[in-house]
Amino acid sequence: MCGMSREKTIKTTTDIDSLRSEIRDKSVRVIDVRREEDYKQSHIPTAVNLPLANLLSDDTPERVLKLVNTMGIDDETHVVVYDDTFGALASRVAWTLEYLGHFDVSLLETTFSKWKSLGLEHDNNIPDIQNSNHSIHLKPEILATSDYLEKTKDSPEVILIDNRERLNFLEQHIPGAISLPYRTLATPEKILRSKEDMKRLLDNRGISGNSEIITYCGSVGTLSGLAYYALKSVGLPNVKLYVKSFKEWKGLEKPIAKQEDANYWDLSAE
Amino acid sequence: MTVSGIKQSHQDSTKPKINWARIEEAEDFANTVKLFRQGKYDEDSFRRYRLQHGAYGTRMTSDYAMVRIKLPAGEIYPNQLEKIAQLSEQFSIGSAHFSTRENIQLHWVILEDVSEILRGLAEVGLTSREACGNSVRNVMCSPLSGVCPDEQFDSTPYALATARFFLRNPMAQNLPRKFKFNFTCCENHGMVRMVDVGLIPQTRDLNGIIQKGFRIFLGGGLGNKSFVGYQLEEFTPEEDLLYTSIAVIRIFDRLGDRKNMARNRMRYLVNDMGWEKFQNLVLKERAVVRATQSVVTHLDVDHTPTEIKKPIRISDESGNSISDGYTRWLKNNALKQKQSQYYSVFLTLEAGDITSSQLIALATIVREFSSEGHARAGFVQNIALRYIHEDDLSRLYSKLLAIGLAKSGALTMAAPVGCSGTTSCNLALTNSHRLAKEIQRKFLDLKLDQDDDLRDSSIKISGCPNSCAQHGIATIGFFGGGGRAGREMYPNYQMSL
Repeated sequence: MCGMSREKTIKTTTDIDSLRSEIRDKSVRVIDVRREEDYKQSHIPTAVNLPLANLLSDDTPERVLKLVNTMGIDDETHVVVYDDTFGALASRVAWTLEYLGHFDVSLLETTFSKWKSLGLEHDNNIPDIQNSNHSIHLKPEILATSDYLEKTKDSPEVILIDNRERLNFLEQHIPGAISLPYRTLATPEKILRSKEDMKRLLDNRGISGNSEIITYCGSVGTLSGLAYYALKSVGLPNVKLYVKSFKEWKGLEKPIAKQEDANYWDLSAE
Repeated sequence: MTVSGIKQSHQDSTKPKINWARIEEAEDFANTVKLFRQGKYDEDSFRRYRLQHGAYGTRMTSDYAMVRIKLPAGEIYPNQLEKIAQLSEQFSIGSAHFSTRENIQLHWVILEDVSEILRGLAEVGLTSREACGNSVRNVMCSPLSGVCPDEQFDSTPYALATARFFLRNPMAQNLPRKFKFNFTCCENHGMVRMVDVGLIPQTRDLNGIIQKGFRIFLGGGLGNKSFVGYQLEEFTPEEDLLYTSIAVIRIFDRLGDRKNMARNRMRYLVNDMGWEKFQNLVLKERAVVRATQSVVTHLDVDHTPTEIKKPIRISDESGNSISDGYTRWLKNNALKQKQSQYYSVFLTLEAGDITSSQLIALATIVREFSSEGHARAGFVQNIALRYIHEDDLSRLYSKLLAIGLAKSGALTMAAPVGCSGTTSCNLALTNSHRLAKEIQRKFLDLKLDQDDDLRDSSIKISGCPNSCAQHGIATIGFFGGGGRAGREMYPNYQMSL
């Protein structure tokens, strides 16, 4: 209970000004999730590198724990994650940390390109890191598996959200899902809309209140990871990520729905 | 320093002159959809409301809508192209569709998201209000108005003023059926005899004073049954333009058929009544309108000339070898303007479709190349870039080529028109959209765009006997129908020459 109230104070995104002062105060661990060669060229000062592909090669809690410790993150460390892919890759990493039981993690409100285009500092220094000793307190309540989804998706209390592009959704989706393309969540400047804009958008779509919400996307939970944080940014309390997403669902030959009698995508996707 | 304060600014780009939007309509739409979903709005009233705000139903489902964005006189500015690109990625299918009436359509929009689109449009001064329904639809103007060597004067300001007068005007909210205005530049460009009101700019010499006016054609239209419009009088002076428009709309409102859906366009009224009787009625009504306006009503015509400013070049690449493709494109897609050294260039789109990334690239191209700073939608699902300096044509060609918008044949038969067909339209019987694309590919493969015999000719394909692709006025026209083989229905086309 104590942990819950503490979590509520954690922001979904960290704004640029805050991050810069936290870097100056040395009160933050910044994670850059781009590819290693990009990171080596330049990155936000003090950032460590955890390429998403590296994480995904084995994201069992034991492995993640090791990675977290080599990045010098302990239970109390304030972590900010960024990428150059409109926040989707950063979200997937942030969610993984959360799942491990790390509560103080948030996303940089913008991308590295934007950061650079604003003329903000960046360098290629690789920081010296002292290993840390993080604990494991898994949070199964933020994870949805295919079995779980199959059991619960028809419940009126559950809202299932597909974050792929509209054409993909029309072509095929998990039965009962609603379409909220990841592009809808962002603005040209920021990885997520302002809280007010996001709330209005979600309210219009009936995504509000205490429903259990499950997000999914194409394959590894990046686009839907961003949606996970979008939903959390407006304070929705019960959000889960179906991290293995549509790729697994299809592979398991579970039921699939499509929009009948409409074939605009075979024209426009060309 | 905060990020929100920093936005990329394009200092050199022109901004739209007219704001067509009302932001409060977005919120109202959102609330109305909620009431409708809660069952507090009956189906029919909601439908009327939805259409009035420019959201069409999508084939076979009530979950989705098509949003039709009006481009009065066809004008579209770079920031508007960018916004539409963004909205298409967020709420539609990542592409947009240019129609034959200077509208841009976003398909497969979730009904609950329509209000977000209206909000986004309002940020750049665009509206979808009265793009559908029984109202004054988008007021069209020839994409060559202002640059056409054969025109008497530019009718664009009159088209814009007319659009402005009737938009949200109470007299045009509940007509018997939709109502269309087309302004053109000259006799040869544009389609004035196939709409409710068609106008060709005309001048006359009145004792040494040149007077501006129009030749006005009434009661034309394409459709299941097509009619050619009649010329109201020899010359309608510009100060009578608005009175005439109001008079015609009032007569249609009063006498038009509100019951029989298949026969409620104004052309049927004209046909049933007989032209002479209708003509007399219009002239009388116009006298009444002129005499009874309590306040002098006039069109707010903005005669401020558009600033023609050649964009500044940072570097000039010259000495590029001229490719065959360029010569072919120049011949088939570019027209000399009346302004010396300037050209208008037409971009064909595949049956009107353009992707969001093409829209974004196009916005940059407009800023970089068009000395008037905006683009114009055309009559055949195409886009015109005007005021392109002749020195810039080959550079423009390579830029367009890079984004797949340099297809040759804009002015030839190799650019067929197809309405959206069964890809999303409720009424369609055939996939005219796909057929048009296939014909274009085949024709370009066969290099038919280079055949001089096929210049100034067209292929137009409608997915049903209604005439959205204007098949009735094509060199070769097709319209879709359904045939029956035993119990099975199959799609077929009828061809007209």
